[in-house]
Amino acid sequence: MKGIKLKKYHAPKYDEPLIMEIGVDGRRGIMVPQVDKEIDDTVGTLEDLIPAKSQRKKAPALPEIDQYHTLMHFLRLSQMTLGMETGIDIGEGTCTMKYSPKVNEELVRSPQMAEVHPLQPEKTLQGILEIAYELRNYLKAISGMDEFCFQTGGGAHATYINACITRKYFQERGELGTRNEVITTQFTHPCNAATPSTAGFRVIILPHKNGYPDLDALKSVVSERTAAIHMTNPEDTGLYNPVVDEFTKAVHDAGGLCFYDQANANGIMSVARAREAGFDACHFNLHKTFSSPHGCEGPAAGAYGCTEALAAYLPVPVVTKLSDAYHLDFDRPKSIGKVRSFYGNLPAVLRAYAWIRSMGPKGIKTTAEISILNNQYLEHLLSQIDGISYPYAEGKPRFEQIRYSMAKLKEETGLGSHEIQNRIVDFGIQSYWLSHHPYVVPEPFTPEPCETYSKEDIEYWATAIEQACKEARETPEIIESAPHNQAIHQIKDFSQAEDADRWAITWRAYKKKTKK
Amino acid sequence: MKKKIGLIVNPVAGMGGRVGLKGSDGKKIHKMALALGAVPVSPKRTCEALNVLSGIQTKIELFTYPAEMGQDEAVLCGLSPNVIGSIQKGKTTPGDTIKAARDLEKTGVDLLVFTGGDGTARNIYDAVSDRLTVIGIPGGVKIHSGVYAANPVKAARLIIDFVTSPSKIALQTAEVMDIDEEMVRQDKVSAKLYGYMKIPYERGLNQSSKAGSNPKDEMFQDEIALDVIHNMDPKVIYLVSAGTTTKAIMDKLKLEGTLLGIDAVKNKQLISADLNESAILQLLAREPETPFNIITTVIGRQGYIFGRGNQQISPAVIRRVGKENVIVIATINKILSLNQEPFLVDTGDPELDKELEGYIRVTTGFGKQHIYNVSS
Repeated sequence: MKGIKLKKYHAPKYDEPLIMEIGVDGRRGIMVPQVDKEIDDTVGTLEDLIPAKSQRKKAPALPEIDQYHTLMHFLRLSQMTLGMETGIDIGEGTCTMKYSPKVNEELVRSPQMAEVHPLQPEKTLQGILEIAYELRNYLKAISGMDEFCFQTGGGAHATYINACITRKYFQERGELGTRNEVITTQFTHPCNAATPSTAGFRVIILPHKNGYPDLDALKSVVSERTAAIHMTNPEDTGLYNPVVDEFTKAVHDAGGLCFYDQANANGIMSVARAREAGFDACHFNLHKTFSSPHGCEGPAAGAYGCTEALAAYLPVPVVTKLSDAYHLDFDRPKSIGKVRSFYGNLPAVLRAYAWIRSMGPKGIKTTAEISILNNQYLEHLLSQIDGISYPYAEGKPRFEQIRYSMAKLKEETGLGSHEIQNRIVDFGIQSYWLSHHPYVVPEPFTPEPCETYSKEDIEYWATAIEQACKEARETPEIIESAPHNQAIHQIKDFSQAEDADRWAITWRAYKKKTKK
Repeated sequence: MKKKIGLIVNPVAGMGGRVGLKGSDGKKIHKMALALGAVPVSPKRTCEALNVLSGIQTKIELFTYPAEMGQDEAVLCGLSPNVIGSIQKGKTTPGDTIKAARDLEKTGVDLLVFTGGDGTARNIYDAVSDRLTVIGIPGGVKIHSGVYAANPVKAARLIIDFVTSPSKIALQTAEVMDIDEEMVRQDKVSAKLYGYMKIPYERGLNQSSKAGSNPKDEMFQDEIALDVIHNMDPKVIYLVSAGTTTKAIMDKLKLEGTLLGIDAVKNKQLISADLNESAILQLLAREPETPFNIITTVIGRQGYIFGRGNQQISPAVIRRVGKENVIVIATINKILSLNQEPFLVDTGDPELDKELEGYIRVTTGFGKQHIYNVSS
């Protein structure tokens, strides 16, 4: 791309030990004051408060380190790490990495939010409950569903809740013995296969026909055994299933329920609704589509919505409104029960509410339109790069993302999507995501240029890809040994990540395995 | 340390194709091919792969057989091979391929590369069984065997990754298939599954936390076996077809099943191993009241679920068992290797083949089935 200059960038690098390896015996960050005698007399000592069985015999082996060195340690780690706001985060497709306005961070850090205690009496929580209730109303309007809850901690969790609700629904009807199959599609997010499986269902995966889920295959498989279908639309290919209503009809005709995974909702908000497509339930990722920031796997919030017929099964508590007061309704006898501690991730709920209020109905529709427009501009740029293509449904429009392939580049140079991924971070871009498994599209990558990226951002990202593909042909050694500008270089021996004797996820396990 | 790579070229592979001879196995056919003006294909195909390897010259030690069996091709491509063994130039036979494979095994090669067709793969398999990791460069007329890469350049890429990034590579078993060339020349296809060899494949490793590494093929086989066993009905006799995916069921049940034969299992016990068609029909006749299930898998890159490698399960057997009692199992990698092409059936009974067409359920994991299309 002409006129775009890639950033010169180099990550700082410290030879930083693990925090468990630093510190000096007896050193403290904070000297905690003794409890006043009056409090002690009233409440009792810690030993009185904690049941004997739960009391530690030995102090935990925490690092003994002062504030200053703790701060230094974590600042160094953060400097060695790229973030979505230091680069252009188009690469993490299906994650909807849009810029999240900072004013919303001020809201969640305000004392009214930050100091809310989960055990506060309901009548003192009216403000945040009103916000949750209003967000429920907005999401009802956007999806067409009748009820929403914000208990789930993310998209896959919401999908799991749907599997649990499906189970309960058929259990109540005495049909669970026969209805033990949940159908999903090849390009639907894999959590839609995994979560029903966890909930005890058998999972049926439909093939695709030229990129679209195969309706005939669905019709061949629906039966009295069908409990539900879980599907994404548009799928990560960027293709919107134009006969989605025929899918929901086929499943309904067989007596099953229909769940819509709306992790890819950014391009369809205010354009198409779950209700009209025939779904009984759906979810949104507040941390993606509704601009609650995420990355590093959190903090997320899945909003789960359903029709009146399923509302009785929602997890508790559900926020309700009765005579001008808001309530946390736990009295729901058919509920699947608790799925998360307390009330879900309320800061994410607040951010989503604030974002919807600031955008308004027109703004939300514009969001969808620009996300599609951005995607089509990126497609225009990437299509000019030799070695890149995208399969299926030629000439059909894509929505907010596309699953591309570097199969041609790989064929011609031996370097494919994994190698390009290692190079992209050298241009100060934190992420370049390939695909869920299995790789149906060979040598895949899946960018999603959300509405908040400018034309220049999209051009910068495409230029980085263009440069890496050029290097694969002209100076392959640069790609093979990438990344060069990162704090951490290639993991030479990947097999250690799969060898239980060589990896450790706790300090204790590490000590045991290395016999330190 | 340098990786030791062995190279065997079957110099006459691929000669029959262009002149319409459907294979080049056998001296007479080879002569006929030459008389028809056939030119050797495999040396050229070998060079297409070796040229890509020039970049890793310093990282490998190449061992090969003399003259047209590897030396000529290697030298032509600027490589300096260690040449072992001896041949009669211009008069090589399958015996030379077998001898070369054995000699190269003795030199301790890490990977054995060979160019040829199904006949060549069979010779290599006869010589070294599944002891060596191998990869085939397709150079023959008939390629039914899964041990061949899709083209010479792809074979070379696998060799490069095997040498330079071993952690990107995993091993999987692939079929050694061959058809009776005489039958093909009479326009009758009769493919046999001879065995399995280990080939490298690229695993698609990923450091991303959003979707980590793809599990190895054997983990999927394990899961499939668990599913099949979990759903076994003690009243049913299961006819377990050939293949490594079906063999995993026998292994999990700790039964002495056969890799290439049809075994009968009831109540998790082996009642009979390596049955031919008439033995299966006798078993069916002896047990008129017993329900039967057939457990079959797919031939990688070919797609056959009936008619290749399991002809013992004849049309008569399938009809007696009933097509609704066929359990198809396959790893997702095998399914993807078909590039969207349907599963195939060629039972020898066109009417039955038609009946077997359409969408079927394929068990791909524990509690997991993919829907896939069958065509004849």
